[in-house]
Amino acid sequence: MLADGVMLNIKNLKKYFPVERGVFRRVVDYIRAVDDVSFEIKKGEVFALVGESGCGKTTTAKLIMRLLQPTDGKIFFYGKDISLLRRRELARKIQIIFQDPFASLNPRLTIGTIVGEAIKYRLETTGERTETKKIREETKELLSRVGLPVNILNEYPHQFSGGQRQRIGIARALAMQPELIVADEPVSSLDISVQAQILNLLLDLRDSLGLSYLLIAHDLNVVRFLSDRVAVMYQGRIVEKGSVKKIYDEPQHPYTKKLLEAIPTSEPAAIE
Amino acid sequence: MWKIIWRRFVKNKLAMLGALIILSLAVVAVIAPLIVPFDPNQQDILHRLEPPSGRHPLGTDDLGRDLLSRIIYGTRVSLLVGFVAVGIAIIIGSVIGLLSGYFGGWLDALTMRFVDIMLCFPTFFLILMVIAFLEPNIWNVMAVIGLTGWPGLTRLVRGECLSVREREFIQAAKALGLSNMRVMFVHLLPNVMAPVLVTATLGIGGAILTESALSFLGLGVQPPTPSWGNILTAGKDYITVAWWLSLYPGLAILITVLAYNLLGEGLRDVLDPRMMVE
Amino acid sequence: MEKVLEVRNLSVQFYKGGKGIQALRNVSITLKRNEVLGIVGESGCGKSTLALSVLKLIPEREGKILSGEILFRREDLLRLSDEKLLQIRGDRISIIFQDPFTSLNPVFRIGNQIAESLALHRKDNLSTSETEKEIIELLELVKMPKPRDTMWSYPHQLSGGMQQRVMIAIALSSHPEILIADEPTTALDVTIQKEILDLLTELQKKLGLSVVLITHDFGIVSQICQRVSVMYAGSILEEAWTSEIFHNPLHPYTKGLLGSLPSRKEAPSYFQGEKRRLKAIPGQVPDPSNLPSGCKFHPRCPIVIEDCKLEEPMLREIIKNHWVRCIRAG
Repeated sequence: MLADGVMLNIKNLKKYFPVERGVFRRVVDYIRAVDDVSFEIKKGEVFALVGESGCGKTTTAKLIMRLLQPTDGKIFFYGKDISLLRRRELARKIQIIFQDPFASLNPRLTIGTIVGEAIKYRLETTGERTETKKIREETKELLSRVGLPVNILNEYPHQFSGGQRQRIGIARALAMQPELIVADEPVSSLDISVQAQILNLLLDLRDSLGLSYLLIAHDLNVVRFLSDRVAVMYQGRIVEKGSVKKIYDEPQHPYTKKLLEAIPTSEPAAIE
Repeated sequence: MWKIIWRRFVKNKLAMLGALIILSLAVVAVIAPLIVPFDPNQQDILHRLEPPSGRHPLGTDDLGRDLLSRIIYGTRVSLLVGFVAVGIAIIIGSVIGLLSGYFGGWLDALTMRFVDIMLCFPTFFLILMVIAFLEPNIWNVMAVIGLTGWPGLTRLVRGECLSVREREFIQAAKALGLSNMRVMFVHLLPNVMAPVLVTATLGIGGAILTESALSFLGLGVQPPTPSWGNILTAGKDYITVAWWLSLYPGLAILITVLAYNLLGEGLRDVLDPRMMVE
Repeated sequence: MEKVLEVRNLSVQFYKGGKGIQALRNVSITLKRNEVLGIVGESGCGKSTLALSVLKLIPEREGKILSGEILFRREDLLRLSDEKLLQIRGDRISIIFQDPFTSLNPVFRIGNQIAESLALHRKDNLSTSETEKEIIELLELVKMPKPRDTMWSYPHQLSGGMQQRVMIAIALSSHPEILIADEPTTALDVTIQKEILDLLTELQKKLGLSVVLITHDFGIVSQICQRVSVMYAGSILEEAWTSEIFHNPLHPYTKGLLGSLPSRKEAPSYFQGEKRRLKAIPGQVPDPSNLPSGCKFHPRCPIVIEDCKLEEPMLREIIKNHWVRCIRAG
């Protein structure tokens, strides 16, 4: 059951949302957001789920984070069913970074609190002492690890740019010392020049901390750059799965081909 | 962050006016015993129903008591009722609204139906009915106003929760593994409080009006304790001969409620979610 | 080729929190007939401001046009009376925006919205049946599936791609000469994006339109634009033919941007185990209310020298038809 180095194992995952009608909320139909999805993520790899809006990739990410409960199917982390884990235990294994750097940070809390709270919580769950000084030190360390200045503990999110907020979000995720990070469209809302910085950062962190990533994205260029293996989703199902090279060079499924053809080339044609 | 709020607040002239008036009233209420020219309960039948003069700047009432002193003491009643009643409503309303909005499901459905039912009753008559059964005094009045006021706030808080809980920073907090209590009170609550503060401030004005009405009808603060409302009770009987007995307490109510409304409207502008974008 | 639109030295200022922010500083662009000009830049560079300014769509209490001229058919649009400007806006020069859903009125059927535009801009008074015919023709022009049915739909009943087609139909209803498209595909899925871009290219050729395409996506630019202007912090840093910019970028910012793209050339994911990184530009886009001295890009520039901090460089034609705002280029 546990092949070599398989960290996350998704088996026959389903999430159906009931469609209700009428005063008494009768269920008349289901939205099959995730419809029998299975894949594996190996330790140290970057696995991507690609697809267009509504394909179910974000729902899958939320199911893995247990922000939603699956209708059916199982998710295993190193062989353990994650639905049996306590929330705190799961939080130390899998963390998430979000797409919208503006919405993913609580506007009413300071940066120090946003990252510090995560650190404090982690220390509490491992039974270590939660000294304020220790937390501050670690907060600063995390901030510099993600490329931010360390003197920003008392500032608020709205004082920072999109790229900087995204880095803060990454620092928060790292505070729990997870093994797997689910990155839900981590660079879609960012300017191109900042995008490149964050992509580099994600790869640096992978190398220095031994992280694995589940990348959710719709930008095929970003996926190709970052990932080792890719699964293409369409209407809740995986239509094709394989190594990056195979998917991009020899796509089999017609939808995959359609997606690849739609990428605007970066090589302009003739000179006018 | 709070600096920005403060700066915007200060710029809003009307809100500042409201705040100033309320502040002054609060000061008056606190130091009332020190500044009253007469004991508000001291009767002086010889000088009953006297018009405003140097000795009694606002005149005297039907028992010869100095009106100014009674109105000053009335401030205490009004402010106390305003804060306590609305305070009760905020606490109950926010907690229930948070729980309902955060957990959703059957808890939410049940709560909302209950709230809907409560909101169907005309509040004032409901209060009248309840007070009729209970003994009319200031504590019961505050409790009843608070207990009939929380459903409206619950709806408000729950509505805000529904929109804020889907925002990504709440998801992130959950993903960190934080307990539901912590997510609700540390992360969700500060972000839903803004409209609550506005409504609550406006509600204080309403609570004061309600108390005044109840006292006027004899179901609120009982004489001899002065309340603007029960001064008006006496005023109505002598309105043709002693206009001051009706005008001055009426003015006091007007100014106070107006001040709260200005403050509330000002807060609404200042706490606008637009601020988040900056 | 003749120039159909010429913006000269346009400067626009915004008010934000009481402070004045220079959103555009002496920006000049030239659009030739039948050409697709791309304006590329990151957030805050002023590209959308430029689009809105051409048609004076910036509300007075938000921003002010400080100086410059916008020449269309030998008239300066900025000096025109409101009446005359209305004849051009939406009529000779049309604009489509990024999010079609918010640009369409949710309570009117799309047929009515197209009809409204027709009624406003077409000089010949069309009867109801003629209007209906025109609407169907327009919808067919933008390749809307089942035009006779969809014209009775409300915006929320249509997909994002279809809504954008409606926007294009409305924009084209007056047979304009110029179309300004402000990030028309950013909100759409990539397969729909391709359809809309193909549609725009086809329409441009068919109707002889001149197009200003505003975007942050170099991929789109390379696909359909003939000429490109790269904007940064309110001014144009480089301008050239598209393939020239891609094969021979001269400004360090343009080079940096192109190097940041994780597309085919830089995809060494095929080379397992190799340390692959993008050549990212350090730092971030400057705060418009607090721009650096001299060249606005100098704090992030890999080849900065002291002179760069002193004075903002002029736009120079380094190679024929290739303009660069950098003292170290060429």
